[in-house]
Amino acid sequence: MADVPTTAGIVVIGAGIVGNSLVHHLTRLGWKDVVQIDKGALPNPGGSTGHASNFIFTVDHSREITDLTLDSVAQYQEMGVFTRSGGFEIARTEERMEELRRRMSSARAWGIEAELVSPAFVKERVPFIEEDQFIGAFWTPGVGVVDSLRAGTIMRERALATGELTVVPTVEVVGLDTEDGPRGRRITRVRTTGGDIETPTVVIAAGVWSPKLGDMAGISIPLTPAVHQMISVGPCPQLAEKEGEISFPIIRDMDTFCYERQHGADMEVGSYAHRAILHEPEDIPSIEQAKLSPTEMPFTSDDFDPQLEQAYELMPELLGAEGAEMRYAINGLLSLTCDGNPILGESEVAGLWTAAAVWIKEGPGVGRAVAEWMTHGHSEIDLHHSDIARFHQHQKRREHTRLRTTESFIKTYGIVHPAEQYESDRDQRLAPMHDSQAKLGAVFFETAGWERPFWYESNAALLEQYGDAVMPREHEWDSRWWSPIINAEHLRMREAAAVIDLSAFCIFDIEGPEALDVVQTTCVAQCDVAVGKVVYTPVLDAKGGFRSDLTVMRLGDDHFRVVTGGAHGMADRAWFTGHLPEDGTTTLTDLTDDVSTIGVWGPRARDILSSLTSDDVSDEGFGFLSCREITVSSGSGKGITVLASRISYVGELGWELYVPMSRAAELWDALLDAGAPHGAVPAGIGVYGTTGRLEKGYRAYGAELDSERTIVEAGMQRPKVKAADFVGKEAYLAQRAAEPQSVLCTLTVDDHTSASGTKRYMLGGEPILTRDGGTLTDGHGHHPYVTSAGSAPSLGKHVLLAYLPPSEAVIGNELAVSYMEELYPVTVGSIDATPLLDPANERIR
Amino acid sequence: MVNPLVCVKRVVDSSSEVVLTEDGQGVDGRFAGFTTSAHEECAVELAVRIAAEDGGPGGSGATVLTLGDADAVEQLRSALAVGCTAATHVLADPQAYGPADVAREIAAVVRDHAAAGTAHDLVLLGNDAADSGDFQVGIRLAYELGWPVVNGVSTVSVADGVVTAGGSGPDGHETFRLPLPAVVTVLEGGVEPRYPTVPGRMKARKVPIEEREPVAEPVGASRARLVLPPPSPSTVQVLGEGPGAAPAVVDLFERLGVLAR
Repeated sequence: MADVPTTAGIVVIGAGIVGNSLVHHLTRLGWKDVVQIDKGALPNPGGSTGHASNFIFTVDHSREITDLTLDSVAQYQEMGVFTRSGGFEIARTEERMEELRRRMSSARAWGIEAELVSPAFVKERVPFIEEDQFIGAFWTPGVGVVDSLRAGTIMRERALATGELTVVPTVEVVGLDTEDGPRGRRITRVRTTGGDIETPTVVIAAGVWSPKLGDMAGISIPLTPAVHQMISVGPCPQLAEKEGEISFPIIRDMDTFCYERQHGADMEVGSYAHRAILHEPEDIPSIEQAKLSPTEMPFTSDDFDPQLEQAYELMPELLGAEGAEMRYAINGLLSLTCDGNPILGESEVAGLWTAAAVWIKEGPGVGRAVAEWMTHGHSEIDLHHSDIARFHQHQKRREHTRLRTTESFIKTYGIVHPAEQYESDRDQRLAPMHDSQAKLGAVFFETAGWERPFWYESNAALLEQYGDAVMPREHEWDSRWWSPIINAEHLRMREAAAVIDLSAFCIFDIEGPEALDVVQTTCVAQCDVAVGKVVYTPVLDAKGGFRSDLTVMRLGDDHFRVVTGGAHGMADRAWFTGHLPEDGTTTLTDLTDDVSTIGVWGPRARDILSSLTSDDVSDEGFGFLSCREITVSSGSGKGITVLASRISYVGELGWELYVPMSRAAELWDALLDAGAPHGAVPAGIGVYGTTGRLEKGYRAYGAELDSERTIVEAGMQRPKVKAADFVGKEAYLAQRAAEPQSVLCTLTVDDHTSASGTKRYMLGGEPILTRDGGTLTDGHGHHPYVTSAGSAPSLGKHVLLAYLPPSEAVIGNELAVSYMEELYPVTVGSIDATPLLDPANERIR
Repeated sequence: MVNPLVCVKRVVDSSSEVVLTEDGQGVDGRFAGFTTSAHEECAVELAVRIAAEDGGPGGSGATVLTLGDADAVEQLRSALAVGCTAATHVLADPQAYGPADVAREIAAVVRDHAAAGTAHDLVLLGNDAADSGDFQVGIRLAYELGWPVVNGVSTVSVADGVVTAGGSGPDGHETFRLPLPAVVTVLEGGVEPRYPTVPGRMKARKVPIEEREPVAEPVGASRARLVLPPPSPSTVQVLGEGPGAAPAVVDLFERLGVLAR
């Protein structure tokens, strides 16, 4: 057994692709006294890296995953362990061809060479494939295979060469000690079978074992080990006659959820078609108990048999070749998460980081990005979809991960609609007015575990009233997870008023002597305002990228309330918590489960609210961007005290009403009752999050805003910058002084008619091109794509937001959007935050 | 025609550390998985080869038999995937059935198949089961059927109604000739069992499996529980580090017979 040091600057647990990449990038960035531990022997300690199929398809619909993959490919290439083979994703059905056209959109958006090709094109490069089994293919010439074990060794050796790394294999971690501090717990010690290590920083990069290690420190790393079946057939003479590991492009047979990848003289067939076979981390065998390695579990041939026939259909001559036998077959373990994204970043235990649920294709990129994050507080690639801080309480349960991954496993190669909802483990968080909403025929979508109405079937009668103004969609894909009722609710809101449930908001109060300092430090906008004022503000990281955008209400000299979206709320809470003073005098209190929010907006909003309160809600008495408590009468006769805040995300006069959960259902009913004579209807998040927002050009975190975007490029800069210091100020000032590299614009679609005559409506993610289909490139070298898309019913237009090269950001500029490989004409309508509807914001006043 | 019958048992793969079930009645296969023992894989290979040469073009086909629970069908399919053409499954709890019981059940299958028109003139078994290691079923079966038996051979062939079996004995290589019908138990090492092919595996899925109940309840001795022996002490000798260790490694390989001296 190797000697375990008694102290370390940082301990990295795991020597798979992620741990090896981390120690390399950490030492490169100047970390000292780095210790890497693994319970297995090197170079293959027995985790998922050791049995990976090691091929990399570069195009994913997610920009974050694609960027991590592209960075990883560049690193593998630099290390000389990448072999380019090209890859095909083949379609057996027309539905799949449509999905491949959508993949072309992503390829164009991310700037990856790809093309749709015929079966004959595939046959020319893969002569043993049966052409009549499929109708077309998506060809990515840059696909390749890597030697991930060799890459790991190279990266570890580079780290060793700095003199700052100690590698300790065959030592198992048996405990992670923490101690309490004013801002919560922090990591102090790693206990191992070879002795204890005192350390202020630990990274869990232990793949499928990570949850077990998380438990040792009392944190949840919600991933599950899951089986991916793989067999190897050979030797195949067609392959054996070629030199080297791979000479033929890799085939992904998308409709049968399996792949065929040459490995020397053998063909590996892997499957994602079988039932989800999940394990608990505690049930993974030890190295001694395992037949091959701990993550190469016994093959269950029954699960694979149907796949075998489909693979044989596709390549009968190869897989049925004389002498070709199935010599290796495993149930390989890999890590799955409830939303399919990795688990990266600092946990709620200070100094305890995770880098888990990462595939070979993202490993080196993740290592670099997490090392940057640990070193600078931010990474070049935006990682917010992978942040461990994203998980809400209900998502930290093993049961949730198990149910969601059982549902999503079969979608690994599936056709997943961008708005597709999960079916399992729903109803985790119900708003107090849920029953009333269900009676109104609410169609619920999930955000952060909350069931949120996206529209109400009770409003279906409005469709007739508004006719074609609701912009109905003819194509099933465009109208899936959508309803024209959303647009009807929107039109009614603009005409009268709408009542919107916003219970999913994440709400936390910051109180104490340093409260002002905390919000001033974290927020860009001036928060040193009079009590009773509401501030909308970006939140930046140190390099001037968006961490969030949210509202802050000043409720007292030392009391601020932060309101942010549910989806990203937990990460925002973690960010603010991390900026509380060490002395513990100023606190953050999460009120999300105690306070519900109901919005009422529209030209009649004041009439409705004033009919329920004797408090002054006139413009003089209750100005825009102010907040205070008012008393609202309810059906029971007992007044409800609510905190009313006069702001709007839909561009209408109105209020957000913050009400204790216990009285929210009453308030909801009172608003609907009082609103009915004024023509008000309940409206869903379809209006709040899309139609109302887009007509006003309001940006959304996660769509337009992320850490790779700046205030200037998003067109959100104000004339002045506050004097007080804040995170990202220096970078922000530099951004203001420089010319932007890209400009967020609002575009409208001029003609929706496709070649077949069907009108098509973009959903987001599509590339923006020149009118004749030419590529556009901004100053970052990125290509423009649609960050948000949706109806603007009051304009009678379909609206798209996209970052364009500055030279193209000209009002009236005629461009095109590519949707399912057809071009549609679009025109730039706005080149900053100026809304297309009501540019002077008169409706809000 | 010989119509060889080959008997296999579903056992836990024992190539890694053995883990017992909590009740001590069996070996836990969660981690290592289940398999057919190496002796039996060789018996299957021999049966398939003999069947291929048997009874004219295309051969007679080999039948695979197991006594086990429902999961044991996996081992039957594995044998079918490498060339057996028929399968019989005696559905019973293998823990409860001792060697005498199993021999009786095999004999019943042999008699019933003969009565139905398929006379198995040769029954091949593994020398001993990988889990229970009783070394008894072959001899008890021969006694039950009144047939000659040879144990622990590694090559078997049939010609002109005579079985020729070979293996190593205390004084060197031994060759036995037995008249048919006969029972032979096989030790691994004489033949290289083939792996399944993709078409073989696909074909195996479609073969109907004859399922039957045991003809009698188990009798006689039963298992109290299994216990693991204390782990054998392991000593590590470091041969050296870096290129300087090469001569010591070569010397060791020569002593182990990996390299010729």
